[in-house]
Amino acid sequence: MMKRNEGNKKKSRSVRVDSVLLSLKHDKAAVISLILLGLIILFALIAPFLPVEPNATNIANRLQPPSAGHWFGTDEVGRDYFARVIYGGRVSLMVGFLAMLTSLTIGVAVGTIAGFCGGMVDMVLMRIVDVLYSIPWMILVTVVSIFLRPGLKSIILVIGFFTWMEIARLVRAETLSLKEREFILYAEFSGVGIWKIIISHIIPSVFPTIIVSATTSMANAIMTESSLSFLGVGIQQPMSSWGSLLQNAQGTMQNTFYMALIPGLLIIITIFAFNKLGNLLRVFVEPKIMNDEKE
Amino acid sequence: MAKYIVRRILTAIPMVLLITILCFALMHFAPYNAIDAMTTPKMSPETIELIKAKYGYDKPLFIQYLRWLNGILNGNFGYSIVTKQSIAGDLAVRIPNTIKLVLPAYATAYILAIILGLLAGSHKNKAADKVIDGISSIAIAVPSFWFSMLLIFILGYKLKLLPIVGMHSVGKEASMADFLRHFIMPFITLTFTFLPANVKFVRSSTVTQFSEDYVLVQRAFGASRGEIMFKHVCKNVLLPIITRLGMALQLLVTGAIITETVFGWPGVGPYFIKAIQGMDYPIVMIILVLSSTLVILGNLLSDILYCITDPRIREMG
Repeated sequence: MMKRNEGNKKKSRSVRVDSVLLSLKHDKAAVISLILLGLIILFALIAPFLPVEPNATNIANRLQPPSAGHWFGTDEVGRDYFARVIYGGRVSLMVGFLAMLTSLTIGVAVGTIAGFCGGMVDMVLMRIVDVLYSIPWMILVTVVSIFLRPGLKSIILVIGFFTWMEIARLVRAETLSLKEREFILYAEFSGVGIWKIIISHIIPSVFPTIIVSATTSMANAIMTESSLSFLGVGIQQPMSSWGSLLQNAQGTMQNTFYMALIPGLLIIITIFAFNKLGNLLRVFVEPKIMNDEKE
Repeated sequence: MAKYIVRRILTAIPMVLLITILCFALMHFAPYNAIDAMTTPKMSPETIELIKAKYGYDKPLFIQYLRWLNGILNGNFGYSIVTKQSIAGDLAVRIPNTIKLVLPAYATAYILAIILGLLAGSHKNKAADKVIDGISSIAIAVPSFWFSMLLIFILGYKLKLLPIVGMHSVGKEASMADFLRHFIMPFITLTFTFLPANVKFVRSSTVTQFSEDYVLVQRAFGASRGEIMFKHVCKNVLLPIITRLGMALQLLVTGAIITETVFGWPGVGPYFIKAIQGMDYPIVMIILVLSSTLVILGNLLSDILYCITDPRIREMG
């Protein structure tokens, strides 16, 4: 009995892996972008150990085009642009990751509690979701950002606290249907507390949804951060992200176009790769959905 | 159906009220407010009290809120803290400028998306689909401001074809040709921004429709591809797309904030960003109320459109 169960488990896992490999085989762009994303993340992680200095200025050496000494050239005060781009990526990825964690935590908490408790709690929480959902994200995020001093911490909080509504709705819908399943009914009947049911039964069951939302959420957070930093209400000097590098590049674009080109391409690759990763994870958790027929 | 629509409208009203309350609260708790803007540290406390009384800031909070709400309902949006100009007057100039840009761009993107989406969805996994879907996947990841920088660099700086800033050249305010020259780049950027998500939407709903049983039955009866496509699939695909129009309503005011800022287009975008940077709360809050009201109205509109166009829902309601 045990053995057969294990065999089934193994089989279902290999079906999942197979379907992921199959969809990767048909999607060269996904493979390339994921490899590039891996490199970008690697460089961002090991940046402090690299022999590059993002803040060392050298006025004699300003606005140099890319060369062997400075792979991506230098900026308007002679800082090595390759180093600035790597450190910018560190900030962009970190903002994306932490904002994603924040919004995922709030979204899952609100979604499971609303779905599981029902009644008044559900009503109130979902009205809050409706209200926040009705404010265009761009307006909401910029408005809140003026209440906090602009900078790294506040941008993470702003993005995290105001982008969880979609996740909350998805998780709530799943929780509603899970609530009617026998194992939850049984747990409830045998007197297990709500928190324990939510943490040890509901959250593991909605985990696939959470993981897929995480990649989308990460891509959106990176895009939001770069837009805000580009508009000047995000990351502030001397720290820089890809968005603020682009804002900076706008001024000298006429002569140093590479400064505008490179951070933009990196944003595109990163967001593209996270979206592809989301599709692959969706295939992994639901092997039936090959490609995007049920989006 | 009428009952359903009335019920929908009744649920929309408290939402709008909640948003105005939220806005008012934000404005009230802001670190810097209209009183700080009108007074200077040198004024005596008595003078400050007088100014407060003159503008009604000494009254209880909910009376202040009701007065503010009443003002909005009568089209009196208040005054900018920084320039002291009437916000309603400013917006009356700004919003039409934004609409001039967003409306043609959205219409173009919408029509193109239907054509490309149907084309890709009906040729799933063939060359046309791979190209269209591939490009949309990349385009979704492109930041709109970066795309506009690319356009400015190529068309503005290198080829020197188009002006890079503003809506008119100085002294040529009446010239249509001059307007169009300024219009092209922001228009392309916006169309490019609105396009990919819509293409993906149309494509995936076309793919879903083609896998339905009725298509199989039609095929079994020997219907041609074109016949299935235009007589049956199109109808079912277009329904949800029409309802997307309602959700696009708010774009008319806030759909081009970034693009307008990059190109210095004198619409709502730069006005809003300037207000944010100058901590001009009354402007920020009015735009927040206005755009959220449009979102709620748009959702209402799309539900009503759905109800009117889809007989299945009409019967249910």
